[in-house]
Amino acid sequence: MAAIYSLYIINKSGGLIYYKDYGSAGRMDTNDSLRVASLWHSMHAISQQLSPVSGCLGIELLQADTFDLHCFQSLTGTKFFVVCEPGAQHMENLLKFVYELYTDYVLKNPFYEMEMPIRCELFDINLTQAVQKDRVAFLGR
Amino acid sequence: MIGVGKIKQYGNVLDKPLTKGKQEVSLSAFAFLFSELVQYNQTQVDNIGELERRLEDAGYAVGARVLELLCHRDKGNRRETRLLGILSFVHSTVWKVLFGKVADSLEKGTEHEDEYMISEKELLVNKFISIPKDMGTFNCGAFVAGIVRGVLDGAGFPAVVTAHFVPMEGQQRPRTTILIKFAEEVHCH
Repeated sequence: MAAIYSLYIINKSGGLIYYKDYGSAGRMDTNDSLRVASLWHSMHAISQQLSPVSGCLGIELLQADTFDLHCFQSLTGTKFFVVCEPGAQHMENLLKFVYELYTDYVLKNPFYEMEMPIRCELFDINLTQAVQKDRVAFLGR
Repeated sequence: MIGVGKIKQYGNVLDKPLTKGKQEVSLSAFAFLFSELVQYNQTQVDNIGELERRLEDAGYAVGARVLELLCHRDKGNRRETRLLGILSFVHSTVWKVLFGKVADSLEKGTEHEDEYMISEKELLVNKFISIPKDMGTFNCGAFVAGIVRGVLDGAGFPAVVTAHFVPMEGQQRPRTTILIKFAEEVHCH
């Protein structure tokens, strides 16, 4: 089964609003996760300009030796990306599912301030259920 | 004119029949509207107690109107005079119309004579809401408590209605109880 190392959500200005790590590989402290988030935000923006193909919306997949990084950008500029083991399947569907959870349990929460770090219990509970290793395969719909 | 069907024109809007209307409304649309209601009230108050009261008052207005509508539509303009009758009306008919299902349970309080409880695993209005830790026992279900109070008041059964979270063993999320405490004059059998 696909192993996810960590999940990041960054707001449209590049600030990290949610970080969750799921394995010992790739675990980071707060400062490092903030750095990765702003680094990825900048790289994503630059890649839009550098692309040889017009109409490019930014990097969707980064493949390296020891990990894959899948990124999904919503129409509003919020980016969801997941660092997982190489060759992991159904990550795009997982990211879209996380986006659905975000629109439900974060955006419909009256106590959530836009662009601020996410502190919503329901979001955490549902995300944990979605990411359990043996469930990821079923999200491929 | 060719093709124009016969549409009965009503001179007075009050003569038009009261239709069943759309049975369903988008849950997301309601969730956003309710979220905005809560956020707006948060800006107007200084403390949580006041916020609860404001939500309750908003619900009270809904309850009063729902009672009138349902009495006309579903009960044939008959007035409910028994306590258990009005409680089961709230528990079944009102819940069905507002939330699409009957409430999970209706119980009589064990400690006091005039207390009743309607319980739900998760109130529809709370479906997407996570209360921050620093808000303590605040429950947006105060809106629903207000609706119940509006219905009961309009029907002639004044009561104090509040919404509470009741933690359940083995469940991550607490269930919600609407506690109804009837006024003195109601409980004279």
